[in-house]
Amino acid sequence: MSGTTSPATLIRLAEGDGVLVAAQDLAPGPHRTSAGGTVLVRERVALGHKVAARDLAMGERVVRAGMSIGSATRVILAGEWVHTHNLASDYIATFAHRGGER
Amino acid sequence: MTAAAALPGGTLLGYPRSDGRVGIRDVVAVVYLVECARLVADAIAAGCSNPDDVHVIGFGGCYPSPYAQQMLERLCTHPNVGAVALVSLGCEGFDRERLAEVVAASGRPVTTLVIQQTGGTRATVAAGRAWVDGVRAGSIGTPAARTAPIELADLVVGTICGGSDGTSGITANPVVGRVFDRLVAAGGTAVFEETGELIGCERHMAARAVTPELGAEIVARVEKAAGYYTAMGHGSFAPGNAEGGLTTLEEKSLGAYTKSGSGPIHGVVTPGQLVPAPGLYLLDVVPEGAPRWGFPNINDNAEIAELIACGSHVVLFTTGRGSVVGSAISPVVKICANPETYRRMSEDMDVDAGRILEGRDGIDDVAGEVLDLLHEVAGGRPTASEGLGHTEFVLTYKSSEPTGPSCLPTVR
Repeated sequence: MSGTTSPATLIRLAEGDGVLVAAQDLAPGPHRTSAGGTVLVRERVALGHKVAARDLAMGERVVRAGMSIGSATRVILAGEWVHTHNLASDYIATFAHRGGER
Repeated sequence: MTAAAALPGGTLLGYPRSDGRVGIRDVVAVVYLVECARLVADAIAAGCSNPDDVHVIGFGGCYPSPYAQQMLERLCTHPNVGAVALVSLGCEGFDRERLAEVVAASGRPVTTLVIQQTGGTRATVAAGRAWVDGVRAGSIGTPAARTAPIELADLVVGTICGGSDGTSGITANPVVGRVFDRLVAAGGTAVFEETGELIGCERHMAARAVTPELGAEIVARVEKAAGYYTAMGHGSFAPGNAEGGLTTLEEKSLGAYTKSGSGPIHGVVTPGQLVPAPGLYLLDVVPEGAPRWGFPNINDNAEIAELIACGSHVVLFTTGRGSVVGSAISPVVKICANPETYRRMSEDMDVDAGRILEGRDGIDDVAGEVLDLLHEVAGGRPTASEGLGHTEFVLTYKSSEPTGPSCLPTVR
């Protein structure tokens, strides 16, 4: 069962996830995770946005809630904001092509 | 894992039906068979001596629709329905005789009021009210009619998300996923939707399918949905999604997908097709073939009606921005993802899942609350939308074909 002792500001949705989700607007600095640890957030991150849970290699599939949400387009360090500047869909190209065929 | 944890509560009492299913409500359905009969149906329902459990459903079109026929047959014989009054203008294309036969064969009281034969608006309203009050003077809708023992695992539970925002995929949707994991592990039945909002999740879903053939069907059906929505000109990813923290198309789909939990997927059904056995099912709402009737579902209530037609006794509705709707026939449980929305609209909400964001509880805690609430709602406690009188219903032109054996591998 989940702990309820201290408010976590970073939500880990599933074990093994590469990203955590900000439960509120976050300032740089250490933030507690719902998994019980602490991550040093490196920049400002808004509610609902993502932070790297650990270092992610370039090209690595980034997993949220146990599912890939795309691939890292460069090395991402633990605590960095993860968004369109360092993560890209593995799917949109396929989808656009499929749509274009019709 | 908590997935195998026992479900809350003990045995409940519901309304027994001749097909073996058990209702958790005993609604009298007043059914208009063309828009021209709608006001009469509304007036019948509103003027009954106790209008709370009298719900108006129907179909507005004058041209025949096999889909609408099938939907209304399923809805009028849904376990939450105890009696049916059909309201026909008289000249519309709907096959009212067939619908009445299907309802009568189920053992339910049924009447057909044809406005042109009954003598117009006032006479038909009076005749309809008298009939509804008559069936309710019997045992329809009374607590004494709850005689069939059921448990939570005997219910079919549907889910839908609407008015989603950046919090939906973090709080309310994973909560429903956890509820589904526990329900299905305990032998229950759960239905999630919809193929068009799961684009990007198809490989992951296929890996959860109980057979490779079912997995291939799921992939093909999501690809069909992608083509259909593209033909509709429906954009796949809006700038607002990125502002809310969603980076990719698959991440957006993932938010909706988390409602399905993490367990095996047992089958795929289409609108109006009864879920055939316990397990977790995907409802494919997108018609086969080239687009003909427009968007697969024009709003949330069109989809809720389809979940109910597949047999859902109750629907879990997750919302971030704050939907207020309920539904005819089956109770809708509103699970609010966003704590600020909850504070603003708490009267319309049943569950505050946004508290997960504020660290006040975890996903398992809120899932436990939802299961406890489901147990109470099954026993008769009104949901927020029921208490406020929400009985929305939408049914439009569409086509739908039942799935075959490759989509239902657990059915022999």
